[in-house]
Amino acid sequence: MINYNRMIFELSNPGRIGYSLPKQRFTDYNVEALDKKYLRNAELLLPEVSELDCLRHFTNISNKNFGVENGFYPLGSCTMKYNPKINEEMAANKAFRSLHPLQPASTVQGALEVYYQLQEYLSTISGLHEFSLNPYAGAHGELVGLMIIKAYHEERKDFKRKKIIIPDSAHGTNPASTVVCGMDVVEIKSNSLGRVDLESLKAVLNDEVSGMMLTNPNTLGIFENDICEITKLIHEAGGLMYYDGANLNALLGKVRPGDMGFDVMHINLHKTFSTPHGGGGPGSGPVGVTEELAKYLPNPRVKKIDDYYFIENSGEALGQISSYFGNYLVALRAYAYIRTLGKENLKLVGPYATLNANYISNALKTAYDLPIPGYCMHEVVFNGLTNKDTDVRTLDIAKRLLDFGMHAPTIYFPLLFPQSIMIEPTETESKETIDDFINVMHKIAIEAKEDPDKLKQAPTKTPIRRTDEVFAAKMMIFSYKDYLEYIQNRG
Amino acid sequence: MSKLVEGLYYSKSHEWVKPLEDDVVLVGITDFAQSELGDVVFVDLPEVGDTVSAEVEFGAVESVKAASDLIAPISGEILEVNDELVGEPELLNKDPYKNWLLKVKLENPDELSELLNIEEYEAFIK
Repeated sequence: MINYNRMIFELSNPGRIGYSLPKQRFTDYNVEALDKKYLRNAELLLPEVSELDCLRHFTNISNKNFGVENGFYPLGSCTMKYNPKINEEMAANKAFRSLHPLQPASTVQGALEVYYQLQEYLSTISGLHEFSLNPYAGAHGELVGLMIIKAYHEERKDFKRKKIIIPDSAHGTNPASTVVCGMDVVEIKSNSLGRVDLESLKAVLNDEVSGMMLTNPNTLGIFENDICEITKLIHEAGGLMYYDGANLNALLGKVRPGDMGFDVMHINLHKTFSTPHGGGGPGSGPVGVTEELAKYLPNPRVKKIDDYYFIENSGEALGQISSYFGNYLVALRAYAYIRTLGKENLKLVGPYATLNANYISNALKTAYDLPIPGYCMHEVVFNGLTNKDTDVRTLDIAKRLLDFGMHAPTIYFPLLFPQSIMIEPTETESKETIDDFINVMHKIAIEAKEDPDKLKQAPTKTPIRRTDEVFAAKMMIFSYKDYLEYIQNRG
Repeated sequence: MSKLVEGLYYSKSHEWVKPLEDDVVLVGITDFAQSELGDVVFVDLPEVGDTVSAEVEFGAVESVKAASDLIAPISGEILEVNDELVGEPELLNKDPYKNWLLKVKLENPDELSELLNIEEYEAFIK
């Protein structure tokens, strides 16, 4: 296929259609009677194409995409594991797909059982008492979790507790969720190993602390050895501990956040439990809490008496935070993942993910600068090349990887190192794939020395070559309408 | 190798201060700062008449890599803001010493002595 580069609007031909609508069954309405202000005046800018043109268009643009089904996708902190097809098969089952959330509970006992069982599985896996599957994504889960912490303090009339402690290595969503929740961020520095510095933590503890948000292993892929001491300090200061489930994959089957002393957490089902990510989503960010906090979980809740599942709306603190049950079919996929792996295999996820990351860390540490020596967990962070005498930067390395048919790792995050490159292979990759990646990375390190220009030009084999990121960041054109305006103004 | 300019004062958060006359100074970011940031796409600056305080954030620079706070190296009242940067933030990459951010009337001229000179800053970024 030659470089396909068209928008569906450009294929449009007035009057051409690719659909057939069912017969109009509704006659008891009158458009004329509508208030004029509700009528559209401008023309509706929709493309008019045949079914075949439409199909070709989307097939062609999908060929430009790169996904976990195209090749290695070691995007750090994203846990881009393979999404088993059986999950999709279950989610596509008409018995689930055609349900309505307002159906009487007695007609959807099977669907509620799946939902209830997943709540229970997540409790068992994480060591927290009760889960709500309602939040739509990780950051939504964070917000709901923080709202629960806030509700807990406010019910005790402890209104001065507004501070949430967050390490400087945290994901950007943590401070963002805190601010959206109406609380204040207190940032603490990491020590030289990227861990929470206990002295810095002690220095900010007082009776205004609402809680602390922590990812463990942290964003550098390093386990917080002092975690029990940290949770003890926060609890003694009257705060609650929030576990950001971003890196839960590393611990799956080995360590439980509840046992480390966390009170509230979210789980990214689209990371740890193999449901599709982001643009391919939607996501899901279930929130789990201790027994004491269970009454603050949002509505609706799925509960069970004897063998009967029912829906409860007893939560008063938060009310509803999603429409109905969140992304039900995503929860169903996670349920299928847990059931197909089974208890014994689920326990191997964390250890295999960790083994793969350490294998890469060890194989690349001669060519790439490993700022924190020793074992990592499920991901490894390098600080660019070991050889600092070239002009080659992390960005160039990432771009060059695309030429080898591999997705780039996360770059320039975490912010603790100027040339961060964060690699997370996950447990679903074979040794052969990981060896290929290691070989390519070594090859790139050699090119950086011998032919740096090749890296500066990369990628040269992808449908779109190196993009002008400054132009893209400054010229935000999100719709065809905006694009037409832009073209017109440009003349 | 980062470019440095004689006669400027430097901060550890990578801003420079250039004294003009009557305790008025220009404030900008260093060449080291712009090269670490990469291509700058957005600059958020305060308004004329606002005050800045030493070691306190007064704005932000956003690059394709990250958003970073701008930390005031000195305290004082803002006399002028370089509005050109709002429309053309890439000027910071082109010449960070010519394209200053703020013109400030110093509240306490002694603060300058607490900043680094060219040799000290050169050693600091090594």
